[in-house]
Amino acid sequence: MNTERITEKLNILADAAKYDVSCASSGSKRKNENKGLGNASNGICHSYTEDGRCVSLLKILLTNHCIYDCAYCVSRKSNDIKRAAFTVQEVVDLTINFYRRNYIEGLFLSSGIFKDVDYTMERLVLIAKKLRTENNFNGYIHLKSIPGASDELMREAGLYADRLSVNLEMPTEEGLKLLAPDKNRQDMINPMQFLKNEIIQRTEEKKLFKKAPLFAPAGQSTQVIIGATPENDQQVLQSANYFYQNFNLKRVYYSGYVPVLADKRLPGLNTAVPMVRENRLYQADWLMRFYGFNVNEIVNNQQPLLDLDIDPKLSWAIRNMHSFPIDINKADLQLILRVPGIGMLSAQKIVSARKFGNLNWEQLKKIGVAINRAKYFITCKSNEFERRDLSGTSIKQFILAESKSKYLKNVPAQLSFF
Amino acid sequence: MTILFYDGTFEGLLSAVFEIYERKLMQVKLQKGEWYNSALFAEVLKITTSEVNANRVLKGLRQRLSPAAVQRLYIAHMAEMENEEITLIGYIRYVFDTPKNIEDDYGNKYVIRLSEIIRMVRREKHRMEAFVRFKKLKDETYYATIEPDFNVLPLLIKHFKNRYADQKWIIYDIKRNYGLYYNLHDTQYMVLDFSTMNKPGDIIAAFTEDEGIYQHLWKNYFNSVNIPARKNTRLHVRHIPKRYWRHLTEKI
Repeated sequence: MNTERITEKLNILADAAKYDVSCASSGSKRKNENKGLGNASNGICHSYTEDGRCVSLLKILLTNHCIYDCAYCVSRKSNDIKRAAFTVQEVVDLTINFYRRNYIEGLFLSSGIFKDVDYTMERLVLIAKKLRTENNFNGYIHLKSIPGASDELMREAGLYADRLSVNLEMPTEEGLKLLAPDKNRQDMINPMQFLKNEIIQRTEEKKLFKKAPLFAPAGQSTQVIIGATPENDQQVLQSANYFYQNFNLKRVYYSGYVPVLADKRLPGLNTAVPMVRENRLYQADWLMRFYGFNVNEIVNNQQPLLDLDIDPKLSWAIRNMHSFPIDINKADLQLILRVPGIGMLSAQKIVSARKFGNLNWEQLKKIGVAINRAKYFITCKSNEFERRDLSGTSIKQFILAESKSKYLKNVPAQLSFF
Repeated sequence: MTILFYDGTFEGLLSAVFEIYERKLMQVKLQKGEWYNSALFAEVLKITTSEVNANRVLKGLRQRLSPAAVQRLYIAHMAEMENEEITLIGYIRYVFDTPKNIEDDYGNKYVIRLSEIIRMVRREKHRMEAFVRFKKLKDETYYATIEPDFNVLPLLIKHFKNRYADQKWIIYDIKRNYGLYYNLHDTQYMVLDFSTMNKPGDIIAAFTEDEGIYQHLWKNYFNSVNIPARKNTRLHVRHIPKRYWRHLTEKI
């Protein structure tokens, strides 16, 4: 092995892949039944980068040669950068050796498009196939589907990969047209549609025949870049909601645009990465998927933007003071989940614990409720007189005054890049 | 107040519970270790671990709790957290003194504390599943050292045995000086005698030739995936507290 050459390739091709934010390694159910190597079930973050993102998979491009010229992408054709390409065997060896040392949960493989779409997709599938069939590898494999790849290749990919994803890149078609003139939104939607149908069909088969092969057991996901084009949060979340509803996506990832290229269609190179906005979008995404919120409750024509200084749940609550306060000892789980400062686990604990007797503030605190936020929206067993006549705006002021936002500290750090 | 000394085993703890009920003790404190007579104003009692008594208590617990809750008690004890015997004893007394199953009564201080302990232990177990870094030895065994906050090695068996079924491996807890060895068929506990091992150079010589290369590649990979424009050290350190760094190849 030529260590120097492989190190250089790894550096180039990991660097080029890092803007793809998907890192999930969970949701699969691949077992190690053949006394082989690895399994894929519970997600594990093996390390964290200095920017605090999880490192779960060996995330690389097969090559950063690309025939496309998308404005937001470092690997675009017209960008003058070092190019490299792995051989199939090199990717296999790296994956296996990293996995055996417990560095990673598996492989996340994407690629620039060389020659043509199917030729590229074929190489990606070949690597997955080699890992599964020649190396008895049962670890997690996430393959990027190249937009426009043939159904036949997509089907084969699904047989070897745990998760497949097609990046929508921009939240709307207009955004995509502006920045990626070579790409066509329909080319991204077609494979999603194909995968959705295939996954449903295979799941049915699996119910009937236990031995039916796994097909993309961790489902499909997608990614949109935010802050590169002018879409507002309402458009971003509406679009995410549409794809959750219609394509059974497991995840939509929001990637704050990191200015890497000078282009008059893009934000300037000195623009800060919209990290707070990205965080708020993920919080809103969680509210839609786990907390029973409808997308229109979070963003709508009156409220097209997410608050940056407070999280979307608190923001919703202070706009809807007529729904509060709720009695923690009587209210349904669904309502308790809507209280700012109460998470999924605390809500479940409350519902279990109150069967033994009404809960007071002290007990709620021990259970894990953030009382400083929740106290404005709930009542519980208490002898003290508690005011409940505050307006939404004053509650917001109170909460902001006593909490040190973790983002306020970040502001100077961001400014220093200017 | 009666101070009970026991041998630190789970059977010992259950035997102590038996004595508490047998002697109708009210205020008790359970301590691990040898009996010593320094307590001025307290009664002192040495608990003799008895399998028969322990089993009677265990049977009672099984009748009143779900199997998962009994398991949680066992795990919480095995973790060897300082001064948590008081929680375990309080929990068990609450179980026996209440007619119905109390395991979900999170308003009770012992129940909520046990759930906190379990959460801490589970997190440590999960961290070890993530932060173990194997190094390949010349005899094809993959070797890793860990220093977990709590005693979680026994909880790691299932995960690593399922995952690395086709390679020999050792995970060694250097804080508690015992390890786990998988020989391609079964796992067994082991103790290494480090005093017979020589200079650090000998240890490096024990690794395969490509071990250094893959460590080098992994460090390079770790640096390449960082996005400097997003640097957030607070978040980084919250995810990987510094005490774990010395066993992480990419952080050394």
